[in-house]
Amino acid sequence: MNEQLARNSAPWPPTPLVLQDVRGPSALGGGWRRSLELLHLMALMEFRRTYTNTVFGYVWSLCRPLLLFAVLLAVFTHIVHLSAGVPDYPVLLLMNIVLFGFFAESSSTAVGSVVGQEAVVRKTQFPRLVIPLAVVVTSLFNLGLNLIVTFVFILAYGVQPLWTWLLLPVLVLWLLVITVPVAMILSALYPRFRDVAIIWAVLSTALFYATPVIYTLNGKAVHGLIGKLVSLNPLTPLFECARRWIITPDAPVHGGPLPIAVPLVLTIAIGAYAVWMFNREAPRIAEAL
Amino acid sequence: MSETARTHLQHGPVVIEARDVRKTFHIPEQRLDSFKERATHAFTPRVHRELDALRGIDFDVHLGEFFGIVGRNGSGKSTLLKIMASIYRADGGRIRMAGRLAPFIELGVGFNPEMTARDNVVLNGVLMGLSRREAERRLDAVIDFAELGEFTDLKLKNYSSGMTVRLAFSVTVHADADIMLIDEVLAVGDAAFAQKCMDVFRARRDAGKTVVLVTHDMATVQSFCDRAMLIHDGDLRYVGDPEEAALRYFRLNFSGAGGERLPGDIPDVNVRMIDVWLTDEHGERVENVEQGTPINLNMIVEARRELICPVFGFHFVDAQGAAVFGFTVPIDREQGEADVVRAGQRVRIGGRIANPLLPGRYGVSTLISRNRSAGDLALHLMRVLDFVVYGTNIGPGSVSVDHDVVAAVEQ
Repeated sequence: MNEQLARNSAPWPPTPLVLQDVRGPSALGGGWRRSLELLHLMALMEFRRTYTNTVFGYVWSLCRPLLLFAVLLAVFTHIVHLSAGVPDYPVLLLMNIVLFGFFAESSSTAVGSVVGQEAVVRKTQFPRLVIPLAVVVTSLFNLGLNLIVTFVFILAYGVQPLWTWLLLPVLVLWLLVITVPVAMILSALYPRFRDVAIIWAVLSTALFYATPVIYTLNGKAVHGLIGKLVSLNPLTPLFECARRWIITPDAPVHGGPLPIAVPLVLTIAIGAYAVWMFNREAPRIAEAL
Repeated sequence: MSETARTHLQHGPVVIEARDVRKTFHIPEQRLDSFKERATHAFTPRVHRELDALRGIDFDVHLGEFFGIVGRNGSGKSTLLKIMASIYRADGGRIRMAGRLAPFIELGVGFNPEMTARDNVVLNGVLMGLSRREAERRLDAVIDFAELGEFTDLKLKNYSSGMTVRLAFSVTVHADADIMLIDEVLAVGDAAFAQKCMDVFRARRDAGKTVVLVTHDMATVQSFCDRAMLIHDGDLRYVGDPEEAALRYFRLNFSGAGGERLPGDIPDVNVRMIDVWLTDEHGERVENVEQGTPINLNMIVEARRELICPVFGFHFVDAQGAAVFGFTVPIDREQGEADVVRAGQRVRIGGRIANPLLPGRYGVSTLISRNRSAGDLALHLMRVLDFVVYGTNIGPGSVSVDHDVVAAVEQ
């Protein structure tokens, strides 16, 4: 046993002994490399865990967006005629649900993520940022699988392949730029304010309707105050672009400088706030738990 | 470890340097956990109770030392460990370290019961600062050491607690950090595995690794630590000789508000001494023992509060206070009988002890502690008896031993 230990041991003394400051917990405590590896492992294992325990594994997680899709499709083509005048409405709806589903799943799982990892946070030097990020990455695996299914549907529906499909990674990246900061803010707030969970449940439902998921803007803003809010939503331009790049290249542009600038500025502001706030909260998360 | 070795260690390079480390917890009198509470209390001043967990701690740990941190519950020792492990941030002062730290203060943290042992070992290895590739390379060694070869792909939730602890310890050891921070680790596992742990700690120490151990088990401190530090109410009370640290710990523990009293008049905290005496072979009380005749020790104690799994330790000390020999006795119980002494119950301990002592003045100290498997918590310490061994066969040291050594002139 001791031989084995000796073999594993690095040459001793390992490096010149340099005293370095112990800086305390932080968002990326322990260095970039360690944080990245932990992120990878945590997300991978969570993903594997989700799909090895169930009989049909992945099929179940695909069922959720598909079922939602089927219900909404029935409602909006047969009861409320939102689909009128929207070409390829069913596949557009499916794609939108998959994209928004990623945002909704990541953000709602992120809320309790830090508290859920209480043991790790309170008892090891764990890079705090990795926890909400792992949640997002796990959802990202799901998104990838769901997108494959979505594209099968799109092709089967008869939509012609477009060169702009190559821009799909840009869409996903854009989605991440919005989702990650939200996940960071929620996970950092929750240990101190437990009602964040309830507020976010309501808020994300509101966002679902304030984003062109089940409807399209069709070149002009939806009327009134609600319309203004929708066009300010940072997610709106993303879904508008997704529609034109993936399904309907000639969909009218919902133009004007304001509807582009405001969501963009909001996206940047949320991102900056998330970084500032997470850095501020990270050192004291362990004490708040 | 010999005196020279200890001196040598203290002059080795410093690997942990703490200067004026401070930590204050702000404990709200009323926890405001929601926005509504925040809003409704917005104009009432927030009442905080300030708790100075650490009030300026200075110490150095040298390369290859086994360093103990002792103190009562709430003394600040765990807070200090958490600051060293980057779990809390110090409010003031500075800690510097050299080398890679296993940032773990408890075994098995981060184990996910839903995952297999294999996955858990890799994840934990990375948590302790190994690269992923390195963690995977050491997987077999970790499993071997934990003696869990057949269970690699079993989910951790199907492991027994003992198996989990073995796995956790094995990961910690194989993470091969330069500095190990350990909080009360030795109270886990069965006796054989505890022994294995101890062997590993020795091996680590001999390999030049530094171990910092937080405990309130003085037996561990006295037998393993090169130096120890006593913390009380956030203040550093002593750094140095582990025996002295342990003694001061006991004095603090058994004298209430921190005043130091002689060991002789320790008030009865957990146990009250009813009587203690020596007898000769006819059962008559004696004050002194003839050299070479067995010592018949008798003691009656009364529990002041419930004692769970108590163990009675006896240290025979010489005139200078150095231990000559000792042993421990658990309460003799039938299989399956609860090992609990209720408050007010009396325990009688007695029996014959071989007497190797050379003529001189000796004392007996009693240490009542909780059984190792139940946490090893010291309950009580007292010097109970002084006696004289008389005889004519005076030799070096304190004991004589049987021997078969023969000297003969060669033909």
